[in-house]
Amino acid sequence: MSAKKYGMSIDVDRCNGCGACMVACAVENNIPPAHAGINERKGITWIRVYKVDNGEDYPGKRSAFVPVLCQHCGEHTPCASVCPQQAVDVDPQTGIVGQMPERCLGCRYCMAACPYHARYFNWFDPVWPAGMEKTLNPDVAPRMRGVVEKCNFCHGRLHAAKQRAAAAGTEEIQPGDYVPACVEACPTGAIRFGDLNDAASETAKAAKDANSFRLLEKLGTDPKIYYRSKKDWVRQIASAPKVGQPHENNVGRTPRSARDPLVALLAPARSSAPSSAPLPTRKETLHG
Amino acid sequence: MRGIIPFVAGAAIALSAGWAGFPYAIYKSRPQPVDFSHRVHAEKAGAKCEDCHAFRNDGTFAGIPSLDKCTGCHAAAMGTTAAEKNFIDQYVTPQREPQWAAYARQPENVFFSHIAHVKLGQVKCETCHGDQGSTDKLPRYQEDRISGYSRDIWGTAGRPGMTMDNCVDCHRKQKLEREHSCLECHK
Repeated sequence: MSAKKYGMSIDVDRCNGCGACMVACAVENNIPPAHAGINERKGITWIRVYKVDNGEDYPGKRSAFVPVLCQHCGEHTPCASVCPQQAVDVDPQTGIVGQMPERCLGCRYCMAACPYHARYFNWFDPVWPAGMEKTLNPDVAPRMRGVVEKCNFCHGRLHAAKQRAAAAGTEEIQPGDYVPACVEACPTGAIRFGDLNDAASETAKAAKDANSFRLLEKLGTDPKIYYRSKKDWVRQIASAPKVGQPHENNVGRTPRSARDPLVALLAPARSSAPSSAPLPTRKETLHG
Repeated sequence: MRGIIPFVAGAAIALSAGWAGFPYAIYKSRPQPVDFSHRVHAEKAGAKCEDCHAFRNDGTFAGIPSLDKCTGCHAAAMGTTAAEKNFIDQYVTPQREPQWAAYARQPENVFFSHIAHVKLGQVKCETCHGDQGSTDKLPRYQEDRISGYSRDIWGTAGRPGMTMDNCVDCHRKQKLEREHSCLECHK
């Protein structure tokens, strides 16, 4: 089997912030309804749609939605290099950064190291409302309290695709046989998935697009999630200025606040909305 | 000096009692619901394991057959044995699935693909499961009281175990180079 380098291209201009990817992800990966004691920082969302704006006031204000998931860094993968348990590895055959919950001791060093806030800690044991266990995905093991988890490009689907290929007598997976849940769920086709090593794949082409960018590319972590936007101000979000060093965009715009693109990007979309709607609790979910 | 003899004798008794009794303390066992003979079925029903332990079209393994498969032949008694009569009265007539205990179930976080091993790897069923086709009785199912795992994962003479070490051993021998990532086998 030739080595793959799975990656994504996300067209920010196409994302309308509906959140279907977040729902599909949670269902696919057996993420339980939020515990009653949960708050914005403790919830688990392997993919999270952030709302960003250009910092201007009406009528110049422009907004965009940016889905952020594990960026599957290929170089100096920050989470893998800090893990004291070797619970994180980068598969050279697929490029997928995998998290092994059974090895994780819960120190959360990886969460501190991750520049993308793409890792989540299980503060509570997973509990599903009675009867909902039957809807769990058998290809994904539920995680226990006290471990970190994150996006693994729906690895259960890769297993299933490999198994289907084996039934057909081959080891090679055809493009399209393996697609993560968020990609499948996106109604506008903003998220595309493919093999970056395959020059003919849509993702590889999108990565070379002139409007393509990656988040915090200057860190040199070689992320495999390529974003794309025709708007200059969106592209500049990715190369967020260092705190304390004025970026040309920031000149004359003080004080630094939640309107700063970096701060806005790294704070959840909900916090920029005035209604501080909490995540649904287990009880609420139970009663519809 | 005279004190040593009772000490050694006592130690020997205690150790052998522990040796013999420990498996009963750590494992709870139960019989299978039906007195089933693989040998009889291999002779009369299907010569290959796959005839009953089938693969689905998507490559998933169905494992222990469900009652439908049994009733294909046993809708009514075919022989005169007490075991078959019991099976038909208890399960076929009331349409109740026998609660078979699986000797070789892997933990929840393991992804094991039978078809990848059988079809791509050309591994024989007997290599891991032993020669079940010639056995006349199903052994009692033994389950670790603490971990809940089957005792059979440790293997027996002539059959390797089914622990992670056993998987890795075999893969290393085949030079499969499949140990790049935990998620290769875990989920």
